Amino acid sequence: MSIAVLDRPRPKVAVRAASPEPLISIRGVSKGYGIGMTRNEVLSNINLNLRKGEFLAIVGFSGSGKTTLTKLLAGLETPDSGEIVMDNKVITGPSQERGIVFQNYSLLPWLTVRGNIALSVDRVFRHWTRAERRDHVEKFVEMVGLSHAVHRRPHELSGGMRQRVSLARTLAMKPNVLLLDEPLSALDALTRSVMQEEILKIWEEERQTCLLITNDVDEAILLADRIVPLNPGPKASLGPAFTVDLERPRDKTALNHNENFKGLRNAVTNYLVAVRQKSRDDEAMSSEASPIELPDLQPRSLRLPRGRAG
Amino acid sequence: MNWRGAALRFCKVTGLPILEPFVRLIAGEDRNEQFKGIAKFVLVPVVAVGLFLGFWSFSARHVVANSVKLPGPKDTFTEGMRLFSAHFEQKRIDAQKTREKKIEALQLMQNAKKSEQAAAAADGAEKEKLLANAATLKKRALSAANYQASSSPTFVDQIFNSLQTVTFGFVIATLIAVPIGVLCGMSPWFNAAITPLIQVFKPVSPLAWLPLATLVILSMSSGGSQWLPIAFLTSGITVCLCSLWPTLVNTTLGVSSVDKDYMNVAKVLKLSWTQQLFKIVLPASLPLMFAGMRISLGVGWMVLIAADMLAQNPGLGKFVWDEYQNNNEISFARIAFSVIVIGLIGLFLDRIMIFMRNLVSFGNPQAA
Ligand SMILES: Nc1ncnc2c1ncn2[C@@H]1O[C@H](COP(=O)(O)OP(=O)(O)OP(=O)(O)O)[C@@H](O)[C@H]1O
Ligand SMILES: [Mg+2]
Repeated sequence: MSIAVLDRPRPKVAVRAASPEPLISIRGVSKGYGIGMTRNEVLSNINLNLRKGEFLAIVGFSGSGKTTLTKLLAGLETPDSGEIVMDNKVITGPSQERGIVFQNYSLLPWLTVRGNIALSVDRVFRHWTRAERRDHVEKFVEMVGLSHAVHRRPHELSGGMRQRVSLARTLAMKPNVLLLDEPLSALDALTRSVMQEEILKIWEEERQTCLLITNDVDEAILLADRIVPLNPGPKASLGPAFTVDLERPRDKTALNHNENFKGLRNAVTNYLVAVRQKSRDDEAMSSEASPIELPDLQPRSLRLPRGRAG
Repeated sequence: MNWRGAALRFCKVTGLPILEPFVRLIAGEDRNEQFKGIAKFVLVPVVAVGLFLGFWSFSARHVVANSVKLPGPKDTFTEGMRLFSAHFEQKRIDAQKTREKKIEALQLMQNAKKSEQAAAAADGAEKEKLLANAATLKKRALSAANYQASSSPTFVDQIFNSLQTVTFGFVIATLIAVPIGVLCGMSPWFNAAITPLIQVFKPVSPLAWLPLATLVILSMSSGGSQWLPIAFLTSGITVCLCSLWPTLVNTTLGVSSVDKDYMNVAKVLKLSWTQQLFKIVLPASLPLMFAGMRISLGVGWMVLIAADMLAQNPGLGKFVWDEYQNNNEISFARIAFSVIVIGLIGLFLDRIMIFMRNLVSFGNPQAA
């Protein structure tokens, strides 16, 4: 990993659950959209290792390129330079091994809740019997607490319910790697914490490698083994990794009084605030460098010309 | 869902906001609000129609050409009712005639049987003769039993004929336009190849097509057996040629503009090409496809009247044309009546298509 480590008090290293060998490594990846004048460099020189069974959280500000990074990992976008390697193979396209929960849910509006989940299950578990697949779908519908709404279509659901369907659809695929792009951002605080516990429970059972995108530092600390901030764009790069040394299973209410938790939260938040301030300063500097010069014009007379036509 | 929700949803999906205030009123919602709704959707339109009728009867009294007066609303309505009663009268007569023929057929069969029995008893030349007689009687019975009333089509028959023709043309147009549109939407190369053709033929009036369509149909049907009347085919094909384009263009648009997020879902699941087509692309483009089909049916119905006139297909267009040739006051009243009928049927067809489109556009049904 080529991440600059800031000078900060390091908590004692505890025994880690995740094995150290990287499952996915992102090597020098840059990505931008558009060409020529409209070119928008989003990510620049991203380096990151995702260890097997690790829960990694990426926190960053809106528009910094978090979704772009998840799409790159999913294989839905290809990097402009650099490469992403999983199991010693370069990722060239999407795969069912890497399940992604889209930020905007991406539910199919013509399918019911059950239909949306069944689409994935029927595809991924083709060799199962019909009954097995149906039970599998029911299990995940129940898990996200939508048994009462299986027959509804996405437009009849609230934003939070849609997110839960989207989550269930991806979890039901049983992927080795879970890419969660702000999966809980549309939920109210109560549902959110329930879903956090739910995600933790699933992860502790299955121990998939999990990448969580979030803008909530508390959530990142509660769930993740490591937190990596994404600096504000354009040309966003990753900040230093913060290791979360908190015992699992973690309890949200107990954590609130944990000194370690508080210290970590301050460290991450301060880092984010500092990088944002820096990027704003940079922006101000660059805009001062080349101010647009307005022409100094004055009208000679405000009177309308007249008398010509008679 | 309770009945109220179901009824309101029905109003939405069918595009009939006119019913909504009544449902809400029955359900006991705020009265003033609902009366306002009724005023807007019922009272105001009724007043407007009344004003229109007044204007019509006023101008009917003043527009005269070649000693033929423009028919007023009352004459039109009376003549229209007469057309319907003429239809039922005709049907009654036809039915009676058919019944008589049936009875005659039974009679003939009995005679034939008697003749056969007699033949069994007799022998020699007598037997031959009786048997031949039985055979002719049987033949006559058969033709009587198969009797079809051959009176000229009434107004109602013509309405049905028009509906059949437009359905025929529209269905063929849809069967051609949707697959081509899907191909165009999926393959930019195919689209590039076919776009010039579409752009040239789209603005062509049906009446320019019609002679060519007639020629093609005549050449095709000259050899083989005739399973559909030529005039019907000509009209239908003309309708088809005109109602191809909106469906084609909208299907292309719908397929090529499927939300990228849906395609991402398909990519992650690694759906095969056909699965992608049937599970993602087609369902996602159905709303636009149906919007196109709605325009197509509207265009088809409009074109049909002209095509009927030229091809002499016994539909509403021919009815209008024939009455125009008669050139008297009654015939003009009939034309005015058929104008209204044509309009109402067009409205009805449009509503059906709106309903179908709203059935497939989940989350955003539209009234128009
Ligand atoms: N398909 C695209 N084409 C062009 N520009 C894009 C595209 N997708 C994203 N961008 C741009 O890339 C930048 C990063 O977008 P991205 O969606 O990755 O941000 P994000 O961190 O996920 O933001 P948020 O927290 O709001 O979801 C934005 O400036 C956006 O305008
Ligand atoms: Mg995003």
